[in-house]
Amino acid sequence: MRSQHIKASLLAVATVLTVSAQAQQDSTTAGIEAYREALQDGNPADLYVDSGAEIWKKKAGPKEASLEKCDLGLGAGKVKGAYAQLPRYFKDTNKVQDLESRLLTCMEKLQGVDTAPIIKAGFNSPQKADLVALSAYVSSESKGMKVKVSMAHPKERQMYDLGRRLFYYEAGPYDFACATCHGQDGKRIRLQDLPYIPSAEGAAKGWTTWPAYRVSSGQMWSMQWRINDCFRQQRFPEPIYASDVTVAISSFMAGNSNGSVMQTPGIKR
Amino acid sequence: MANPMKIRAASKDGVTEIKILMNHEMETGQRKDSSGALIPAWYINEVKVELAGKTVLTAEWGPSVSKNPYMAFKVKGGKAGDKVVCSWTDNKGEKRTDEAAVS
Repeated sequence: MRSQHIKASLLAVATVLTVSAQAQQDSTTAGIEAYREALQDGNPADLYVDSGAEIWKKKAGPKEASLEKCDLGLGAGKVKGAYAQLPRYFKDTNKVQDLESRLLTCMEKLQGVDTAPIIKAGFNSPQKADLVALSAYVSSESKGMKVKVSMAHPKERQMYDLGRRLFYYEAGPYDFACATCHGQDGKRIRLQDLPYIPSAEGAAKGWTTWPAYRVSSGQMWSMQWRINDCFRQQRFPEPIYASDVTVAISSFMAGNSNGSVMQTPGIKR
Repeated sequence: MANPMKIRAASKDGVTEIKILMNHEMETGQRKDSSGALIPAWYINEVKVELAGKTVLTAEWGPSVSKNPYMAFKVKGGKAGDKVVCSWTDNKGEKRTDEAAVS
């Protein structure tokens, strides 16, 4: 009788604890949301958008040409809405390309720039700075537009499939995969929600908010940079900049978020 | 040369809200580079904002203010078309002034 009473009250205590823990988690999440919202106003990524727009128009390289005639998939020089439809298949290179690999193609072809040192350079180096600013600018020109990534070409489907396989591919000293963190719904690491990338909503959380300005480091990050850092955190060998494997993971995310609205450039803690 | 600021200002019911995003490294002087050498301090230390020719805000900043500082404040008065002028000086003596019209 007495022990039953104790059990009942313990159960009551346990219930109260779970309820308050839940409430606390909810208020924490709400607090983070409020903080994110406050950050939206005055996003320093806008400063990179401006400098990216200048770089786009600036004559550079041995051919003394600007990037204004660069074809990002919607025709030469058409920037508006181009980012929402990348990665895509390009006939001239016979490849599926994301924004940054395409920008490298334009730099080579239009400006005559040797891109090998740019590809090799670290993300923090000045060689990469132009590409980061350009990705801020080009992505800003698709803000508010719906993601519309084509899966019509066999190479596009191939890229998406490769991306999906890579997402689940476990390797490295920690036997890690993208799916280890992003393969379940409703999980978080420290106070960061972990989007479930295979779902439309989860993929959109990642895909439509990068490139982004990171407040904690005071840096503008391109999508390639973000992906590279995911591999680094998994203790994988870092992929080559703008290589097929990086485009594949982007194809997987972009393909899954088709129909979501672009919010680029974003801002992150 | 310093990069431009982004200034927005809107007036409503006799109150003007001014939002300024500045472009500055704001080095604290505490960080070290990859070779271990101290990165010298470099930060904005004076800020002045004028609305329609009248100084409405002055600030003395230090190294604890973030990179690319963003400042928003409300001030009584001001109307559409008024000029907002913001200028800063950093500890190296570099200056930058930008302006925008109240909407």
